[in-house]
Amino acid sequence: MLGKYSKHSNIFTLFIIMISVFVIISIFLPNKFLTVRNFQSMFSQIPEFGLLAIAMMLAMLTGGIDLSVVATANLSGIVAALVLTKYNIFQTGGYEEIYTILLAITAALIVSLICGFLNGVLVAYVGVPAILATLGTMGLFTGISIIVTKGYGIVGFPGKFLYIGSGTVFLIPIPMIIFIICVLAIVIIINRTTFGFSVFMLGSNPIAARFSGIRNENILIKAYMVSGLFAGIASIIMISRVNSIRPGYGEVYLLQAILVCVLGGVDPSGGEGNLYGLIMGIFTLQILQSGFNILSFSPFFKKVIWGLILILVMVINFYREKESPKLLKKV
Amino acid sequence: MPENSEKFLEVKNVSKSYVGVQALDKVSLSIHKGEIDCLVGENGSGKSTLIKIIAGVVQPDEGEIIINGKSFKKLHAIDSIREGIQVIYQDLSLFPNMTIAENISLNQMVERKRKIISWHEINDIAEKEISRINKELNLEEKVENISIANKQLVAICRALTQDAKLIIMDEPTTAIAKKEIDFLFSVITDLKKRGISTLFVSHKLSEVLKISEKVTVIRDGKLVGVYNTKDLNHDKLSFYMSGRKITNSAFNYQKEKLEPKKPLLEVKDLSKKGNFQDISFKVYSGEIIGITGILGSGRTELALALFGLNKPDSGNIYIDGKLANIKYPKDAIDLGLSYLPEDRLNQGLFIKKSIGNNIVVTVLKSLLSRFNLINNNNKYKSAKEWTEELNVLAPSLDTSAQSLSGGNQQRIVIAKWLATNPKIFILDGPTVGIDVASKSNIHHIIRNLANRGMGVIIISDEIQEILNNCNRLIVIKEGRMVKEMDTNEVSEDKLLEILSRKIV
Repeated sequence: MLGKYSKHSNIFTLFIIMISVFVIISIFLPNKFLTVRNFQSMFSQIPEFGLLAIAMMLAMLTGGIDLSVVATANLSGIVAALVLTKYNIFQTGGYEEIYTILLAITAALIVSLICGFLNGVLVAYVGVPAILATLGTMGLFTGISIIVTKGYGIVGFPGKFLYIGSGTVFLIPIPMIIFIICVLAIVIIINRTTFGFSVFMLGSNPIAARFSGIRNENILIKAYMVSGLFAGIASIIMISRVNSIRPGYGEVYLLQAILVCVLGGVDPSGGEGNLYGLIMGIFTLQILQSGFNILSFSPFFKKVIWGLILILVMVINFYREKESPKLLKKV
Repeated sequence: MPENSEKFLEVKNVSKSYVGVQALDKVSLSIHKGEIDCLVGENGSGKSTLIKIIAGVVQPDEGEIIINGKSFKKLHAIDSIREGIQVIYQDLSLFPNMTIAENISLNQMVERKRKIISWHEINDIAEKEISRINKELNLEEKVENISIANKQLVAICRALTQDAKLIIMDEPTTAIAKKEIDFLFSVITDLKKRGISTLFVSHKLSEVLKISEKVTVIRDGKLVGVYNTKDLNHDKLSFYMSGRKITNSAFNYQKEKLEPKKPLLEVKDLSKKGNFQDISFKVYSGEIIGITGILGSGRTELALALFGLNKPDSGNIYIDGKLANIKYPKDAIDLGLSYLPEDRLNQGLFIKKSIGNNIVVTVLKSLLSRFNLINNNNKYKSAKEWTEELNVLAPSLDTSAQSLSGGNQQRIVIAKWLATNPKIFILDGPTVGIDVASKSNIHHIIRNLANRGMGVIIISDEIQEILNNCNRLIVIKEGRMVKEMDTNEVSEDKLLEILSRKIV
């Protein structure tokens, strides 16, 4: 009972924090923050970064981490961009344009799955700690991206492709629709499938999971592949929104994704975490982000603030854990 | 009770409560100089809290502690140590990467406020203490490389360097073998001659009866009584501890009723280098087979091999007469095999997860409904069925496993395996660290399973447990089967002798 209660109170605390941040920024920057334009820009950023955060969350639930999410997104995005710009489809248009776009998306998603698979194999079979394995693959993927593009950006995609990043349906941005569908999918995957259940159990105690007949290796590989896939989906939204891609794009998202997971109550040691917390974390961060943008903080200064918040949240979690009524069991 | 000698420690009406739970309620305890006392109680009875109060680590809500005639209202850890009280906790708190000599002398070096270390001094201190307990140890050996029994002796020596007058040992015999227990007892008896008192905390009743002069029993945080050991016997003591009468009757194998024709499980010439060799045995429906041997004899390695967690080099396993190909635990489970592991907290349970999730983890496939999604109603139904069947005491299925007592935790591990509807159930140390009442309850559950036709294997080093609950037993020593016999053919003493005999 206590477990359940504290879980709810965590989400409640997070909700209060989110609302407070919103209110404070609204009070101090009413003319700039509470504008339609600002909200539109916030909602356009949430999906790509939110998907990366979900990718990160999956790895963290297994007790690992995926430092290669942004690198995976970059590599997938570059592959998609290469497919899109390979054919001179601007004249042809119509049927072939759609065909190329579908091909580009498929290629990007396949690349992202391969990236995830590689991470999964390293963690599950080679037994490399996730933080090292994904640090290595992060370097690898980024390196490949730079070699493939020679370090230049790829610019200019077909108009229909750009619609993914900037179009709207009933005033709702398409990235937001993709994001909502992905969130619903992941909610079902982690809460209602045997795979999702196994991820939580494995993250909580891999030894007991093995002793319970769970094939840890399979679950880990699948988890990292799903993580990669979400990075791949994020990459498509990313490149179609800005109509370009260059290696190293969105590097700041890595720190932010980890920050949002920890803020949203995902346990870095694995096995605990839920999407309500994560979503609230995403919104909180986005509100802060746009506040900083309005105040025109430099990106470096923002990085300092993200780092500080991450440390602060972990310190708070540490003390909360200490204070929680665990004593009961030791009586 | 030696009323003539002085009281070294007196704890008077000590109470302590944690968030809503009364851990200790007006408990008193006294220890005379040079006395060997035992503190017994079931898990959760408040033993640990009482020790921590004596050590000054936990402050009582009320009550008084008198050491050497000095009364302490607030006893701090440092006062307790200065007065000569040393606690040896179960984890021993040694530094594994340091040598025996360093471990023994470290506290003394700190006490002497040495800034620069003299290796000579370190060795002298260690050598002196070790020779005083009549033991020979290589002082240069790193502590991580020595046996648990020797680690314990190192911890005792370290306590002695600090001029200990009372040594409190928390469950010192759980991880060591019979011979080592005997040596430990001889050390304790020697300490008595030097005027050092010992408080031995245990729930292994036979040991308590063997070593102590006086026994303090607590139950549910309350003092049950203080007894002279010579007035006690096993049944009386277990009654005081649990408040219930527990009768041990032998297991009766219903061979005639079940009429097994072919074995459920047959193991043929199973070998794994360095683990076990040429193991062959059969388990029939309704049987409870005991496998016994000291820690490190290969008994657990054998069980892991049957469960797909330790690949054997050669030999075959047959289930229901068919050759079984077990590569992963999943294969074993699908073939009707279940394994309750030795280490409940790390291998058996997801300690932070809810009771419900702990139970259904083995049967996820059976919970699926439409679109292959887990149906939460099925989950609750399945978990509820088994917690009721096994009488798990818990506020709800959402309670996390860590908030339960050892006995209830073990019942959950049993439940998660029964949910898979196994034909063969291997239980490795099913009652380790579980109180007397829960223990007999778990034995009862196991017997019922066998009576319903399941084939059961109990792996244990508790001879009583094997003799009372099994119809046949196998003794394993250094990876080999040295004996297989019916339990009614052998007495406790005989079995002990077989176990301690050297292989020629």
